[in-house]
Amino acid sequence: MTPRVVFPNKILPYALVAPQLAITLVFFYWPAGQALYQSMLKEDPFGLKSKFVWFDNFRRVLSEPAYLNSIKVTVVFSVATAAVAMSVALLLAVMAERVMRGKGFYRTLMIWPYAVAPAIAGMLFLFMFNPSIGSLAIVLHKIGIAWDPLLNGTDAMVLVIVAAAWKQISYNFLFFVAGLQAIPKTLIEAAAIDGAGETKRFWTIVFPLLAPTTFFLLVINTVYALFDTFGIIHAVTGGGPGRSTETLVYKVYNDGFVNLMLGYSAAQSVILMIIVISLTAIQFRYVEKKVHYG
Amino acid sequence: MATVDLKDVKKVYAGRVEAVKGVSIAIPDKQLCVLVGPSGCGKSTLLRMIAGLETISAGTISIDGKVVNEIGPTERDIAMVFQNYALYPHMKVYDNMAYGLRNRGTPRDEIDKRVRATAKTLELDHLLDRRPRELSGGQRQRVAMGRAIVRYPKVFLFDEPLSNLDAKLRGQMRVEIRNLQRSLGVTSVYVTHDQLEAMTLADILVVMNAGLVEQVGAPLDIYEKPASTFVASFIGAPPMNLLALADGAARSTATPPAGAVTLGFRPEDADAAHDSETPLGALVLPVVVEAVEPVGAESFLHCSAGSDRIIVRVAGRAMAKPGDRLQVVAPAEKLHWFDQAGKRV
Amino acid sequence: MIGQSPFRTFIAHAVLVLGILIVAFPIYYTFVASTHTLQTILRPPLPLVPGGEFWANYKEALFGGVGRIGGVGVGTLLFNTTVMALGIAVGKICISILSAYAIVFFRFPLRMTFFWLIFITLMLPVEVRILPTYKVMVDFGLIDTYAGLILPLIASATATLLFRQFFMTIPGELVEAARVDGAGPWRFFFDILLPLSRTNIAALFVILFIYGWTQYLWPLLITNSNDMNTIVIALRKMVSFADADTQWHLVMVTAMLAIVPPILVVVLMQRWFVRGLVDSEK
Repeated sequence: MTPRVVFPNKILPYALVAPQLAITLVFFYWPAGQALYQSMLKEDPFGLKSKFVWFDNFRRVLSEPAYLNSIKVTVVFSVATAAVAMSVALLLAVMAERVMRGKGFYRTLMIWPYAVAPAIAGMLFLFMFNPSIGSLAIVLHKIGIAWDPLLNGTDAMVLVIVAAAWKQISYNFLFFVAGLQAIPKTLIEAAAIDGAGETKRFWTIVFPLLAPTTFFLLVINTVYALFDTFGIIHAVTGGGPGRSTETLVYKVYNDGFVNLMLGYSAAQSVILMIIVISLTAIQFRYVEKKVHYG
Repeated sequence: MATVDLKDVKKVYAGRVEAVKGVSIAIPDKQLCVLVGPSGCGKSTLLRMIAGLETISAGTISIDGKVVNEIGPTERDIAMVFQNYALYPHMKVYDNMAYGLRNRGTPRDEIDKRVRATAKTLELDHLLDRRPRELSGGQRQRVAMGRAIVRYPKVFLFDEPLSNLDAKLRGQMRVEIRNLQRSLGVTSVYVTHDQLEAMTLADILVVMNAGLVEQVGAPLDIYEKPASTFVASFIGAPPMNLLALADGAARSTATPPAGAVTLGFRPEDADAAHDSETPLGALVLPVVVEAVEPVGAESFLHCSAGSDRIIVRVAGRAMAKPGDRLQVVAPAEKLHWFDQAGKRV
Repeated sequence: MIGQSPFRTFIAHAVLVLGILIVAFPIYYTFVASTHTLQTILRPPLPLVPGGEFWANYKEALFGGVGRIGGVGVGTLLFNTTVMALGIAVGKICISILSAYAIVFFRFPLRMTFFWLIFITLMLPVEVRILPTYKVMVDFGLIDTYAGLILPLIASATATLLFRQFFMTIPGELVEAARVDGAGPWRFFFDILLPLSRTNIAALFVILFIYGWTQYLWPLLITNSNDMNTIVIALRKMVSFADADTQWHLVMVTAMLAIVPPILVVVLMQRWFVRGLVDSEK
């Protein structure tokens, strides 16, 4: 529904779009194109010459055990983070809607983690759970859990999942609260009159009507877990111990910047691009079909 | 037996705002009681208190003889039709109607029987598999009613269910609701701001204003003997003409009763007369015609008598034209007198 | 509604309080740690109440002689981070609002092409194009510069989309009235459009400021000199769990300083921020 009324200027619009277009071309399309091109090059061992090898890099990437490992790590990490972050946020949002007083107070206090850099969140959690000086680690030891994220791969994974989920809770919370408030009060009243108690009302009316929000957050949380969590991984575990927390994006960084396997890393970037585009496409398709209730 | 009794019910918001100031109504079994009044008079609040959607600040509400103040809407065995229908958007029509029965653990075949029977009565049987967003306003309204009917509740509650429909549909649905309620025999409370709906639907009419009940009674009784100037001008369209006696504009050959300060007569009870024959005790008012509204079967003459404005109804086409001078005559038995406080004398 | 069990209300409050504790605890813990001596920290468990070293620690971190990472004081770090965050927020808002304005209020050939070109950038966050973007920066000589920190991060389209969405809800009559009143496109933009967009701009500012402040991967790559580090990166460099030299109490102070400004921004501008976040869903 564009306003049918426009200004007649013919040159001005180009001038207005120019800055963004310029930046986009130079810092987005050109590098993206480069990444595509680079993914099909292979450097010789001395890094002096490169050869055009078509999809050879891709073949090597997809057959490398470490890459398959990072796919597994990423999937586990994303699913766990999204699940924890979303369910905790949903629970808190429902409770926040339920109380009569103090909604604003609770909401303000829930927002903090959004402002914290993921990397810092990771470091703080590591600090709390560090086997030698972390207070919470001491608590775990006292209970009898042999907690050591520096040596145990599973412990490390748990730590980054907790840190990543913690940070996402506020974002999800805000969206869930908005989604809950969008449900007309009369629907809840009608359900109550129809004999549904609080719990039943939640599962039969509220939760289904939250579906668009839930789906949206699922995609957002997944993209978050795929990319924004680089900081957490890098700051806390460095992908270790023993690659147990090496996610796809971390591997791109590691192979490209640390190990300087440029073509190889570029191929991984391209694969990541394809994954993200598919996810975004799914989201937009779903949003197009988005059900408008009532 | 499902009577609804309100005894001195009050609703106070946030310690200060009194939405309902002490209302007592007794609704016998199987009757349709209409709460009518202008916006903000407290009728919806009262309905919601009967439903259990609002807490009761003082007084008691009893359904079927049992006080229900502390009982939630889930357990009150009532059904409600909302103004915006409140249909569950993610469920098909069938499930919308079955929801309440499922929650109460009714066996599946019983649910199916009732839903289909109700759908048939309301002409919804071909729509059972549709979702609410695929239905028209009138169809949604019927589903909302079907959802209420299928549960065989003790009381039906209606919260301005026809406001969102166009005029023609409203007229049709009015008759349908009336017939349905009569055939089902369920005690009902119906809220509306439309006095026409109120008059045609009610067995018992309750006129409310500013949180209080102005008058309770059968519609025609209220029409013929309004208890206050508020009721007099609210019920009946066009509204009753009210003239202040002190003005001197009203001239009558009968003496007003003691304490009367205002005189009222309905447009349809007066007549424009060109001759000067006046029955005993009638009101005779010289007026100047300002405008004529021909509606077809009747015409309304808007006239002025000094600083007062009055409306007179004449049958068919009016002979008068703007600028004409007339005598308006209203017979003595059709005159209403009101005192200083606006109450009937 | 009658029948809301008071017990359940109590549970709701309890869950919320628990949630707040979980959410606030790490930050509180960091604050407490920043007010104790190094020795206290090295001997866990850390006491739950703040210690007495608040002024001493903060003074040392802010003004102390020996910076912890190559002689760079916290002041410089904060400055860098602020410049970066502000640059990204302001830069992105500016170019996006202009583009959205052009796309919505003008008709010109290639209009939709430009729109799609910008729109596609939504799909690929910077992490996916790090290597080649880095190369571009090297080629332009933008390593270790503020421009290098800022420019690649304003290339994506979220803000443009938001503005476009908002502009499309502006009734055409407003433009007509402006034109009848003799206002050209610039006057319309400054006198009418901008004031109307205030809330959107405020919300976007908060979101983008946070986005810029919390950046990690990109500043990591583009800054070699310690002088240009953001406080987030510097923090990482300060922390080494294996190295007994880590000045934990000062690390905690730095962490607090890295967290507090964005939290302040979010809390103070809460209302706009929440609305902007939720509206941008569409």
